Amino acid sequence: MDRRQSLEKYGLYDSRFEHDACGVGFVCDIKGSPSNNIIKQGIEVLNRLSHRGATGADPATGDGAGILIQMPHEFFVKVAKKEGIGLPAKNSYGTGLVFLPVNEKERVFCKSIFSRELKSAGLNLLGWRNVPVDNSDIGSAAKASQPSIEQPFISGSIGIDLERKLYILRKCIENSIRSSEIKQKQFFYITNLSSRTFSYKGLLMPQQVENFFLDLKNSALKSSLCLVHSRYSTNTFPTWDLAQPFRFLAHNGEINTLRGNINWIKAREGLFKSRALGENLKYTYPVISPGGSDSAAIDNAFELLVLAGRSMPEAMMMLIPPAWQQDNLMDKGIRDFYKYNACLSEAWDGPAAIAFTDGETIGAVLDRNGLRPARYIVTKDNFVVMASEVGVLDIKPKDIILSGRLLPGRMFYIDTKQGRIIEDAELKKNISSQKPYSKWIRQNLLEFDDLKTANSKSPSSKTPKLDSFSTLKAFGYTREDLKFIIKPMAESAQEPTGSMGNDTPHAVLSKKPQVLYNYFKQLFAQVTNPAIDPIREELVMSLDTYMGPEKNILEPGPEHAMRLRIKRPILTDEELAKLKSVKRHGFKTKTISTLFSVSEKNGFTKAIDRICAESVAAIKDGFTFIVLSDLGIDADNAALPGLLACGAVHHYLVKKSMRTQISIVIQTADAREVHHFALLFGFGAECINPYLAYESIKRLIEQVELKMDFKSAQKNYIKAAEKGILKILSKMGISTLQSYRGAQIFEALGLSDEVIKRCFTGTVSRIGGADFETIAKEAISMHQDALNRMKIEFPYLATGGAYQWKRDGEFHLWNPDSIAALQDAARNNDYKRYKEFAALINDQSNNPTTLRSLLKFKQTDSISIDEVEPASSITKRLATGAMSFGSISGGAHETLAIAMNRLKGRSNTGEGGEDPARFIPLPNGDSKRSAIKQVASGRFGVTTNYLVNADELQIKIAQGAKPGEGGQLPGHKVSVTIAKTRYTTPGVTLISPPPHHDIYSIEDLAQLIFDLKNTNPKARISVKLVSEIGVGTVAAGVAKGHADMILISGGDGGTGASPVSSIRHAGLPWELGLSEAHQTLVLNDLRSRVRLQTDGQMRTGRDIAIAALLGAEEFGFCTACLIVSGCVMLRHCHLNNCSVGVATQDKILESRFSGRPEYIVNYFNFVAQELREIMADLGVRKLDDMIGRTDLLEKNNSIVIPKFAKIDFSKILYKPESSQPVFCTQAQDRCIDDILDKKLIELTKGALENSKPVKISLEIKNINRATGAMLSGEICRNFGEGGLAEDTVYCKFKGTAGQSFGAWLAKGVTFCLEGMANDYVGKGLSGGKIIIYPDKKSGYQPDKNIIIGNTCFYGAINGQAYINGLAGERFCIRNSGLYAVVEGVGDHGCEYMTGGRVVVLCQTGRNFAAGMSGGIAYVYDKDKTFKGKCNLDMVELELLDKDDCETVKNMLTSHYKYTASKAAKGVLDNFKTEIKKFIKIMPIEYKRILDLTEVADG
Amino acid sequence: MGDPKGFLKVKRQAMQYRPVCERVKDYKEVIAPVWASHSKDQASRCMDCGTPFCHWGCPVGNYIPEWNDAVFTGKWQKAIDLLHAANNLPEITGRICPSLCEYACVLGINDDPVTIRENELAIIEHAFKAGFIKPRPPKIRTKKKVAVIGSGPAGLACADQLNKAGHNVIVFEKDDLPGGIMRYGIPDFKLKKSILDRRINIFKKEGMVFKLNSSVNIKPKGFDAIVLAGGCRVPRDLNIPGRDLKGIYFAMDYLTQSNMRVRGEKIADKDLIDAKSKSVVVIGGGDTGSDCVGTANRQGAKCVVQIELLPQPSTCRPPNMPWPKYPLLLKTSSSHEEGADRKWSVNTKEFAGENGRVRKLMCVSGDNEFEIGVDLVILAMGFLHPEKTGMIKELDIQLDNRGNIRTDDNYMTPQKGIFAAGDMRRGQSLIVWAISEGRCAAYCVDKYLMGSSGLPIL
Repeated sequence: MDRRQSLEKYGLYDSRFEHDACGVGFVCDIKGSPSNNIIKQGIEVLNRLSHRGATGADPATGDGAGILIQMPHEFFVKVAKKEGIGLPAKNSYGTGLVFLPVNEKERVFCKSIFSRELKSAGLNLLGWRNVPVDNSDIGSAAKASQPSIEQPFISGSIGIDLERKLYILRKCIENSIRSSEIKQKQFFYITNLSSRTFSYKGLLMPQQVENFFLDLKNSALKSSLCLVHSRYSTNTFPTWDLAQPFRFLAHNGEINTLRGNINWIKAREGLFKSRALGENLKYTYPVISPGGSDSAAIDNAFELLVLAGRSMPEAMMMLIPPAWQQDNLMDKGIRDFYKYNACLSEAWDGPAAIAFTDGETIGAVLDRNGLRPARYIVTKDNFVVMASEVGVLDIKPKDIILSGRLLPGRMFYIDTKQGRIIEDAELKKNISSQKPYSKWIRQNLLEFDDLKTANSKSPSSKTPKLDSFSTLKAFGYTREDLKFIIKPMAESAQEPTGSMGNDTPHAVLSKKPQVLYNYFKQLFAQVTNPAIDPIREELVMSLDTYMGPEKNILEPGPEHAMRLRIKRPILTDEELAKLKSVKRHGFKTKTISTLFSVSEKNGFTKAIDRICAESVAAIKDGFTFIVLSDLGIDADNAALPGLLACGAVHHYLVKKSMRTQISIVIQTADAREVHHFALLFGFGAECINPYLAYESIKRLIEQVELKMDFKSAQKNYIKAAEKGILKILSKMGISTLQSYRGAQIFEALGLSDEVIKRCFTGTVSRIGGADFETIAKEAISMHQDALNRMKIEFPYLATGGAYQWKRDGEFHLWNPDSIAALQDAARNNDYKRYKEFAALINDQSNNPTTLRSLLKFKQTDSISIDEVEPASSITKRLATGAMSFGSISGGAHETLAIAMNRLKGRSNTGEGGEDPARFIPLPNGDSKRSAIKQVASGRFGVTTNYLVNADELQIKIAQGAKPGEGGQLPGHKVSVTIAKTRYTTPGVTLISPPPHHDIYSIEDLAQLIFDLKNTNPKARISVKLVSEIGVGTVAAGVAKGHADMILISGGDGGTGASPVSSIRHAGLPWELGLSEAHQTLVLNDLRSRVRLQTDGQMRTGRDIAIAALLGAEEFGFCTACLIVSGCVMLRHCHLNNCSVGVATQDKILESRFSGRPEYIVNYFNFVAQELREIMADLGVRKLDDMIGRTDLLEKNNSIVIPKFAKIDFSKILYKPESSQPVFCTQAQDRCIDDILDKKLIELTKGALENSKPVKISLEIKNINRATGAMLSGEICRNFGEGGLAEDTVYCKFKGTAGQSFGAWLAKGVTFCLEGMANDYVGKGLSGGKIIIYPDKKSGYQPDKNIIIGNTCFYGAINGQAYINGLAGERFCIRNSGLYAVVEGVGDHGCEYMTGGRVVVLCQTGRNFAAGMSGGIAYVYDKDKTFKGKCNLDMVELELLDKDDCETVKNMLTSHYKYTASKAAKGVLDNFKTEIKKFIKIMPIEYKRILDLTEVADG
Repeated sequence: MGDPKGFLKVKRQAMQYRPVCERVKDYKEVIAPVWASHSKDQASRCMDCGTPFCHWGCPVGNYIPEWNDAVFTGKWQKAIDLLHAANNLPEITGRICPSLCEYACVLGINDDPVTIRENELAIIEHAFKAGFIKPRPPKIRTKKKVAVIGSGPAGLACADQLNKAGHNVIVFEKDDLPGGIMRYGIPDFKLKKSILDRRINIFKKEGMVFKLNSSVNIKPKGFDAIVLAGGCRVPRDLNIPGRDLKGIYFAMDYLTQSNMRVRGEKIADKDLIDAKSKSVVVIGGGDTGSDCVGTANRQGAKCVVQIELLPQPSTCRPPNMPWPKYPLLLKTSSSHEEGADRKWSVNTKEFAGENGRVRKLMCVSGDNEFEIGVDLVILAMGFLHPEKTGMIKELDIQLDNRGNIRTDDNYMTPQKGIFAAGDMRRGQSLIVWAISEGRCAAYCVDKYLMGSSGLPIL
């Protein structure tokens, strides 16, 4: 067993959570003439994308790279001949690379299987060729796993029939070898068996591909197209088989819904039939080969669809549809095509740029959100290059006829046979008119909303056996559920909000019986793919649900449309009755009771058996819908948890490949929160009827807690639930419920293997825990409480106590005793009292709450405390958490900064910027400057000056309380001071987007790290992640991206405001995440390059000790510091109502703040002292020597609670072997030593030293990234925020600029680029000026060709930009003050903008101005199509007034002056008439504020 | 929390007392009635804290923020349901509890705390007035028979809980009427006895049986469980010269007699303890002492002096008793307002008398020796432990080293089935603690009898 396998088996690493993000591209001769040059150019593209790939600890081992070309028939004829193999005619034989075991015996064995399967497939083996390779320059890790590579030649059929036979053959061989006993199974892999295409790939770096495969040096190797792929994997253990391209495609991105997609394909296998593939198809299952990556899986699915008869574009449209549901601008025929296909299959959802080819045609598609860049260039000589970046080939500007980009959901397709590019519209029109899809839908698809309401009685009108009050009790409803969950949802149609973190026990530790839902934590996207904003980008979201049995999707036909479409899958009682009454298309509903007898032995598990059996029987009896119902509990009959019933039946049917023949409706009393609904959908439910939640609404109305009618309250409740579900989907980056369904985006915390295997197959559960017996006990205990002791009639529900501390409620670590003790200790500098506090927290034997509470230190030889390193060196490792000025008061924020500076620790700005006045030390030597400056998604206040005034720059990817979510600071909280530090307008709402819009992938993160390092080379760069399964692999990716420190936050951390479900149910404890990250980094030999920090409900020295033993060298504290400063856990932060002045911006309340830096200093000294005592006990002198010493920890078996005995800590405590240091001992390679900015700085010496104007002229290429960032940092360091006078530094560039051109460009710098640029131009622009126009020699039209990439001017603070060409998606996103002119923009232009002015001279994409709360945009709407593309939620469209006209005129005059824009000239020439065609996009709130200010000024 | 900003808008306004000149003339309650609108305003100050320290500070764990909200929104039924969920005798604690909750109120950190006790009183009185409080006998009776000895706050709370759980509860009381200290220790002007009767009548209608005047002679065999809740009545004595002079009485004797007289009972002259036209010295600065002061003034004392051994407590929270602790503060009760000369740090040296009657009390305060002329001395220096004779002896109950009944964590004495609660178990304490004890003991008894208990427990 190698290190990877042992980590996977004994540690926390799970290879299923590997991610990759990559460079993908192709070159192609449109006319289809093969040449060796195409291959050469393909390889060149690959090399030029190498900064998008990554290397691990071994710098010579890449994550994988490869190319896919047309079958080089002539070449193979030649080389095969040498081996004595005579090849038949083109297209009548197939071949491909086969990776074989290096052990000869096993290799022979594999080849014998080949022969055997060939025979039974009726094919002939012409011979094997040893593929010549040279491994002299590949890395040691790659060498160690290098397979023996051979190439069989197979004949026996021709054309597509041969392709199909080869497919079946390959799958059969794979299955045989997988089930064999050979030891080197992992070596075996067949890249591709085809008569049409051929691939060369391996665990290589891009530049190694050419040297490794000697064939590639042969000029006889020819192709008319070449698809290339360079992989950047978070993967710690890259493998040969996961290199891309796969059989048909290469993928840059991430399939978020993978688990569900795999399950659904598995479920459909039972129905698959294909005339084309024949009877043997069944031997190829599973369709999705186990152990592959997400990209491999979609390749598997795509391959099946294509070989079964669909065209490539059609198959791709099926798997990765655009956001058609709400796109009213889409052609109806095409929409119907998508609608039809939605009946067949859920989408494979996630960021994706996929390039695919069958050797004859080649294409690329982008996901619905356009979350991956894809640029292409078409030249005069019929050559096309498409890649993640522009500039990957040197193409003469004069040859370019088109510079384009792939739009969200669109396809770029070249048919070399027809010798032309087929436009997206034409392609889709053709495909959608191949079959009468519209008619099929019209005639067959039932719309639930159009059906008549049933006459039959509603389900709950059946007289229940119990009164609703007892039922509420029996299902564990508490007063809190009603007050904090149901009521706000019903009242305002919003998900309830809360604040501070979660300090209650994990479900598996709680002494109170738990609903099963509480054992699950929501997973979320971090780094490897972005979360989505379900509010501002609603157009991509959908809850559409299709009910009714599926058919064989391999053969299209009208029968697939015989389904029922439900737009809102949370059903009212009436809707459920209506659903049951639907009889068309043979629909009929079977209700299966999920009750079990409390008195019967094993009644619980017997009931699970029964409902599974009844479900199968229902399918056999022709039922199409089953309702799993827990109606009718009584004294003897309790209900199975709804989630358990759902998961059990779903997985039972998936395993039997029967799942798609029936739809599951869950009618359950226990579901009441958003988290519950999400879980039910995530584990397969089609619809949910939460009847008891409705009943509780009725109760609230009766008690006058809700003053509204039931109908509206219920409607609100459902709406709130739907919004919440969309939010949960979107935090994983998933857009449609159809794709989310069954995708199991959860991690279980505290469930045993038996439960997972049976009901939640494939879900991660790393510490074991509750088994069926325990779950049954909990269910019965709630039931008994409500029913058997009814003699004691208390007219109220149980307290709850999860959201507020209550004496009879759930235990909280922050309770009155601990809060009071901590405050006393810190304020009176009383160590004895601190120890009392620490004892309350550390000894949880009576109320186990955290995982760490269940561990204890092993007995070791202790040493004298005097030998332990001093407290002063320990406090340097401490940091306070990221709490923005805004979320906490100025007083609190500054107190923390002063205290941490005194301790030489670090305080954190949070995401709200920092007043530059705080950068100057105080006369007494104190400093209010936060050492850590955070860079979060909103980029508020992230100026060049802010960046250069940091010791650490922290990229916040996620936050413990609400990972994967954005935030919003409502306008009324944006005071003058806050607006000033955030560079926005007082009173205008500030929205933080869920993702960083310049981080959609791990390679993007590497880019941002690079940008920040350039701007401030002295600061260390840290990345804040939140614990969840897979965080270890993400951490490895981040380490590869050259971050200096990685922070693993626990999911329990605090917040100023967040949905309560996120506080409690998203993210995992840091113990798991930290340990996983440490283990994975150690195993990858990456650990010594990065520091690890952890935070999330840290309180004591013991907490630190455990964290250190699990792998952290630094520690963050948040809530505890606030408590020391006076916080008493009111949990009112979101109300701006903190009575102790900590978390408020209210002036009166702020004056009540009573914290002092001394208190915090006292506290941290106590913490350090306590830690030192523990270190002395453990015999450890230096903290570094503790790191990763899990051998000093063991489970504390003296704690006796029933569920605890079943918890297994071995994975957390696994200590991987390592020959290298297991803490940070070396600095990251900063990769900024020979960059273009060094030259710029040299050339601008005059300006930097004495403000003298300088003019420079330089060439630029795509590998020159973040140009200008380092120069700007220098300027800010020398001249402060004011920078230099306009145009002092004038740089003229020519060529194609790499990413982040002009990032954080400082005041006084002008960048003028003749050519093109990639993504992120001018991010964080802080006063500089950027001018970009096409190469003067190029002939293309600026208004039709793309010139800059996606997400340009993100978070720009100030400055000017003139872009003579089209920009990609998200132009000027979160612009604070930039004045920009651009010819045209893609989707989501001006999103989240808060200030500045933007003029767009021709088209915009969809969703313009979404979330735009400030600034003004002017769009030249010549063809009057703008309105349909604008998101009008926050803006109004107006005519321009006199001032506006003046502004536009000035901006256009400059634009013309700088870029010679014809469009600008056109307007200026006829200004009076043309200006009337402009539309002013005015944020409503901004307008109100401006009006107010005017009144005040006037 | 109806109005999240309520605490910034409304100032604390404590309950009004009747004017001193009026109230000293009678034994009617000193408090003035509370108006619902006033309570509503005051309740709006509650912040519904995420960590309600009031609820923590309250020995019975009253759901204070929840019922404050109900008061604010006028949901009186809900308010009383929640109040009763934690407290069997809110009309008592609403009048005389020293309000540990208010000292723990978060608003009290930097503002005046919420008027929690008064809101409690408003709820219960409103509930009685509105007829919400009706006898609700348990629907199902167990066959278990439980004896509760003592009908003070611990005994009544315990009996009420056990009765709700369906057990057959018999309360034994040695006095002629139930209520214990509430009836005989606390003067009418602080707690009128009809309030007590009102509650006891409900208990009776709910099936609780009272055996009065019962010198306890229980045969444990007749009961499935016995709860001893007889209080802690042995007073601390002052053993200084002259103690045997006439005119020196224990506070409890004085108050009990006064309460009986107010009730209309005739006391034989020889037994009469009356302050009329007398110089009265109350020794002991606690609540009982304060009640003696009020009583003496109402009886027409010439002057009342109250002396305390300890120094005068601070009027604001001392640093060694930070929030949310219950601090030792100078309390000026309604009785003090009515006239008393309070002396602190006073050590009593000797009583001197004439004709066997006390006339002078010699004291020392620091270096200063002085004497006080006195006709009546009331000793209100607290209680030591329960009576060791009688029941405790008969049942052979084990005591702890403080002289209180020893129990395990489940309130059970080493004798199976015999439990103890209240002052008898924990020593002299507050009524609200006694209620808490009674409730906890009831839970333990129920669990002991039935194997599990559905009674609430904090």
